[in-house]
Amino acid sequence: MYVYDEHDRQMAAERVAQFRDQTRRALAGELSEEEFLPLRLQNGLYVQRHAPMLRICVPYGMLRSDQLRRLARITRDYDKGYAHFTTRQNVQLNWPALEDVPDILADLAEVEMHANQTSGNCIRNTTTDQFSGVQADEIADPRPYCEIIRQWSTFHPEFAFLPRKFKVAVNASEKTDRAAIRIHDIGLQMVRNDAGELGFRVHVGGGLGRTPMVGPVIRDFLPELDLLTYLEAVLRVYNRYGRRDNKFKARIKILVKALTPEGFAEKVEAEWAHIKDSPTRLTPDAIERMKGFFTEPPYEALENAMDLLARQRFENRGFDQWLSHNVDVHKKPGYAIVTLTLKKTGTPPGDVTDQQLEQIADLADEYSFGEVRVTHHQNVVLADVRQDRLLELWETITPMGFGTANLNTLTDIICCPGGDYCALANAKSIPVAEAIQRRFDDLDYLYDLGNIDLNISGCMNACGHHHVGNIGVLGVDKKGEEFYQVSLGGSSHHDADIGKILGPSFAREDMPEVIAKIIDVYVDQRTEEEEFLDTYRRIGIKPFKERVYA
Amino acid sequence: MPDVINADGTIRQDNWVVVPRPEEGESLAIPSDQPALIPADLWLAGYEHFAGNDQIGVWFDSHDEPEIIADRVNELPLIGVNFPRFVDGRGYSIARLLRERFGYRNELRAIGDVLLDQLQFMKRCGFDSYALRPDKDINHAATCLNFFSQGYQAATDTDLPLFRRRAG
Ligand code: HEM
Ligand code: SF4
Repeated sequence: MYVYDEHDRQMAAERVAQFRDQTRRALAGELSEEEFLPLRLQNGLYVQRHAPMLRICVPYGMLRSDQLRRLARITRDYDKGYAHFTTRQNVQLNWPALEDVPDILADLAEVEMHANQTSGNCIRNTTTDQFSGVQADEIADPRPYCEIIRQWSTFHPEFAFLPRKFKVAVNASEKTDRAAIRIHDIGLQMVRNDAGELGFRVHVGGGLGRTPMVGPVIRDFLPELDLLTYLEAVLRVYNRYGRRDNKFKARIKILVKALTPEGFAEKVEAEWAHIKDSPTRLTPDAIERMKGFFTEPPYEALENAMDLLARQRFENRGFDQWLSHNVDVHKKPGYAIVTLTLKKTGTPPGDVTDQQLEQIADLADEYSFGEVRVTHHQNVVLADVRQDRLLELWETITPMGFGTANLNTLTDIICCPGGDYCALANAKSIPVAEAIQRRFDDLDYLYDLGNIDLNISGCMNACGHHHVGNIGVLGVDKKGEEFYQVSLGGSSHHDADIGKILGPSFAREDMPEVIAKIIDVYVDQRTEEEEFLDTYRRIGIKPFKERVYA
Repeated sequence: MPDVINADGTIRQDNWVVVPRPEEGESLAIPSDQPALIPADLWLAGYEHFAGNDQIGVWFDSHDEPEIIADRVNELPLIGVNFPRFVDGRGYSIARLLRERFGYRNELRAIGDVLLDQLQFMKRCGFDSYALRPDKDINHAATCLNFFSQGYQAATDTDLPLFRRRAG
């Protein structure tokens, strides 16, 4: 994992001092609310329904155990003892006091954390696949490149006041996409060209919100050394020509659409030609140096524990289910990737208490070299667990609430905070998630249904990624009452797609039944090997419509 | 005379005025006794007349294209870039283009909705004077310009991004 040097430490401390000064001036009335707004947003501070909300950055989802313990302490000292993992691999606190935020940032800086650029119209946290570095089929570990992008984008003097927020995601495997790169402003797919050189395929102009779009490719191969100069060219074109007259048309996707992807690509290439060989061009040395931070932990030479696991599974059905669903193959023999699910029915998806944060820290130290990764599905990953300790781990985490064996199933719901917390909400989202989880509480049935992404947002801003859920649920306001619109067929993976709206919206109490009917259509119509999305793509929306509105 | 801030945070008096773009049918109201910044396209349109006059500079609005005077920038003693609202970040790109692409060497001034907390970014993008909005505390400018002792990126102020300095 990346470790700060004296430069990073100095800038982190300077940033805290700066925000302390800004907060003082805001409280003294020297900065108007409007003037303070972008400054506090770029330090992670939103003002919300109940209190300010602080979004703490977890660069590309990586956390060390000491950082988890610090987060736990912060939620106790400054908040109500719990935190929320977001869909962009960050952490949110819901109740900090404005005047405490500089102190919180100082506490974070001590463990090499910050809240820089987690909100506001600037370059946000770069996200990636939570299995980076431990999966067998990746082109290369994307995290050194994510950290290179993090440093380049941090306090970038030219791009602190963009037309709108800007999100970059990097994906490293050509078979899977756990980073949802095609719904990001820039999605970088790592690839090798025919000569075997490493680079990126560049998607630009994806995004959700009011006008959901899947990002088209504007460059098939960008050599790795050119990463930053090319990003700078894209950002400069966007900064100069993105719309600023209408907040809802200000994302880069609108510009890409207006110019066409080809037209946009031409503008970027023309800009890039000027700066391609500027000092911002990466050096092989800089990349090597960064890779040095993301080396393998001291793995032991082990064999796969096939026989042991087979015996343990045979004797214990709960363990068997968990192993099949929440444990993934590791590139090293004898190791496994474990996802701790934060999706226990009755707990808002992604919420953890201070105690649970400390438990996760202890688990990381005991089982996974002291590190964890946050996923955009709002779960937490222990990436390096010995196979011969899986049973022991499962027994430990089950009472903690991390062992719900529903990963990637219908009840592994992505859900935004919605009307319970968010001032922009049209409707609550957490109670809908819970009602659906209660309705589908039979694990065997869930397993039979296979992989289904169910995503819920409380309004058009789409924090819960509803457009790219295989089943998407969106809170809408109908004459002051909370209703829910359903869409089908979305995907955030390699085959990314925006879901189609099923029809008129539903009352909250009807939602579990509506989902049940949709699932029934799938069960009736599927062929042996089809997942939900395959069946939907084959039969279309009509049969679902007919059943739900019958 | 109004104050302007220098890149090092010191303050000096200066009497350059910004001449607004004239309404349809009206002509440029250039004062006779003070140096003036006029809209860049009008300077270009009246080039025969203005060339060589060291009392005339130009200003760009945030949606203007600095490319129009790319090969003549160093004929100008002063260029202003307007921030119509402080959240409009186009002026930062304009400044870098003027400095890094067109090689402008004379004074580059931020004008308009110029506030304290943006000065550091302006400085890194090549501005070397700042006409702070009059209601802001000019004595706090030096502090705001100097919160950071270094940056991660190359920009107008340095050719050495941190990754190159680390290698050295
Ligand atoms: C509670 C306070 C929150 C507020 C006020 C808020 C506000 C917003 C707004 C206004 C947008 C739309 C931006 C746009 O259209 O460009 C947005 C998008 C988004 N938010 Fe939130 N959000 C909140 C919490 C969260 C949380 C907790 C998550 C994660 C679970 C989240 C994840 C996202 C994502 C992933 C997107 C955008 C997707 C895209 O447009 O590309 N937000 N948020
Ligand atoms: S989707 Fe809407 S309701 Fe949900 S957190 Fe985002 S802004 Fe709030």
